[in-house]
Amino acid sequence: MINFSEVRQTNEMIEKENLDVRTITMGISLMDCIDSDLQVLGQKIYDKIYSSAENLVRVGEEISRDYGIPIVNKRISVTPVALVGGSACSSPEDFARIAQVLDKAAHDVGVNFLGGYSALVSKGMTKADRLLIESIPLALSQTELVCSSVNVGSTKTGIDMDAVRLMGSIIKKTAELTADRGSIGCAKLVVFCNAPDDNPFMAGAFHGVTEADRILNIGVSGPGVVKKALESVRGADFETLCETVKKTAFKVTRVGQLVAREASERLGVPFGIIDLSLAPTPAVGDSVADILCEMGLEYAGAPGTTAALALLNDQVKKGGVMASSYVGGLSGAFIPVSEDQGMIGAVDAGCLTLEKLEAMTSVCSVGLDMIAIPGDTKDTTIAGIIADEMAIGMINQKTTAVRLIPAAGKKVGDRVEFGGLLGCAPVMPVNGYGCDGFVNRTGRIPAPLHSFKN
Amino acid sequence: MQRAIITVVGKDTIGIIAGVCAYLAQNRINILDISQTIVQGYFNMMMIVDVTSLEKPFGQISEELAALGRDQIGVQIKCQKEEIFDLMHRI
Repeated sequence: MINFSEVRQTNEMIEKENLDVRTITMGISLMDCIDSDLQVLGQKIYDKIYSSAENLVRVGEEISRDYGIPIVNKRISVTPVALVGGSACSSPEDFARIAQVLDKAAHDVGVNFLGGYSALVSKGMTKADRLLIESIPLALSQTELVCSSVNVGSTKTGIDMDAVRLMGSIIKKTAELTADRGSIGCAKLVVFCNAPDDNPFMAGAFHGVTEADRILNIGVSGPGVVKKALESVRGADFETLCETVKKTAFKVTRVGQLVAREASERLGVPFGIIDLSLAPTPAVGDSVADILCEMGLEYAGAPGTTAALALLNDQVKKGGVMASSYVGGLSGAFIPVSEDQGMIGAVDAGCLTLEKLEAMTSVCSVGLDMIAIPGDTKDTTIAGIIADEMAIGMINQKTTAVRLIPAAGKKVGDRVEFGGLLGCAPVMPVNGYGCDGFVNRTGRIPAPLHSFKN
Repeated sequence: MQRAIITVVGKDTIGIIAGVCAYLAQNRINILDISQTIVQGYFNMMMIVDVTSLEKPFGQISEELAALGRDQIGVQIKCQKEEIFDLMHRI
């Protein structure tokens, strides 16, 4: 039988340490909506999303009430739109009209983001892929809830450098088109290497083509809970440290598993995976950087940061896989700058640089995330940063991503305010030396060797 | 049997248990176990209850209990289904 102290511990995690289920994301396949008439396609997409997800928000709130656990976001991911819109769209503007349909559907069912305005181009771009990518700045400037992602590389295929170069310009254009709102369009645009098909987290969620018609993926969170647990083992050896992270991750994941089971039953949609990620929010006490500091670093970014993060990431997974049989998505620690008070503090203190963040991304999910850079950064420089990050993912057989915000009109030291979960970002300096000659080469970087690993 | 956990926390005053129990009785909720302490004037109670024969939706019970605590007794009352605690603390 449950005892008093266990009940108190759970409720303290919820009330004081920001334990929550970060997102219930319903993946919806749009493959059966494909039509060569744009109008018909739009209607079919709207109808499919609406009929699949009309109860999602209500059920999320019911579960939240029944168990006393906050479920912060309810979201939708759809089949990459480049695959769905190919036969109906002949211009970027046509694709942008699909984005508007998605936005309307998302508003009408009450979710707070919809992902899948995406293209998968790790080896090459079809005409539809290229049109979709070219439409991203327009689509993101005309919509509020639509998120976009482009997968430009994988361990199996190498990196499509033509897409990387194109994305450098697209990110810049998106920033300029949404300049009046702090270049917020870029906060909803991710460039991936090895993008997972079942990621529930935004902005990179899409419903992969290998998935079922509809599926529920759950993202758990809880950096505050891990931080609090580590406070009780200050100065202890690494074994104790690891055990503590593992046990905490187990508990957090079990809550996700419960919500997943309930949501799946009540909505009649099969459960897909739990994404075991420590996802910070701008709220005080909900920070991954604070966990690193609790481990003994003065600031995130100090020497030792990569090792501490590697340990954290690995232990979270080890604890989490014990708690759920279906783990997937990104699963690891997120290190977005703007969404994490501790990261922002480290940048302000001059301790955390873009280069250190890049090193950190080689041991954790996901990548260079929510980092504001000067608005006058060259397209080719952004492409160079993307290429570096994609190379880390390709060689290490992991997901990496880039979500940079070249904040229009801002310089190093300025701040960009996004509000809500997206937080606020200090503009960070970028290495100003050129890479034009490299990124302007056309073609692909070939897939890496899978042997002789050193 | 469907079980739920009710926790009551707040400044001690007359009639907390009476208030909560009267509500439970009206709503056909049977109490299976109670543990209660008072530390430095602060009242802490946990109840394990049987919610199998509820006539209202569980969410409504949970909201009404929270409102009872907030508006009438002056304590915080939470009512949660038992599984969340079970799953978190038992392998």
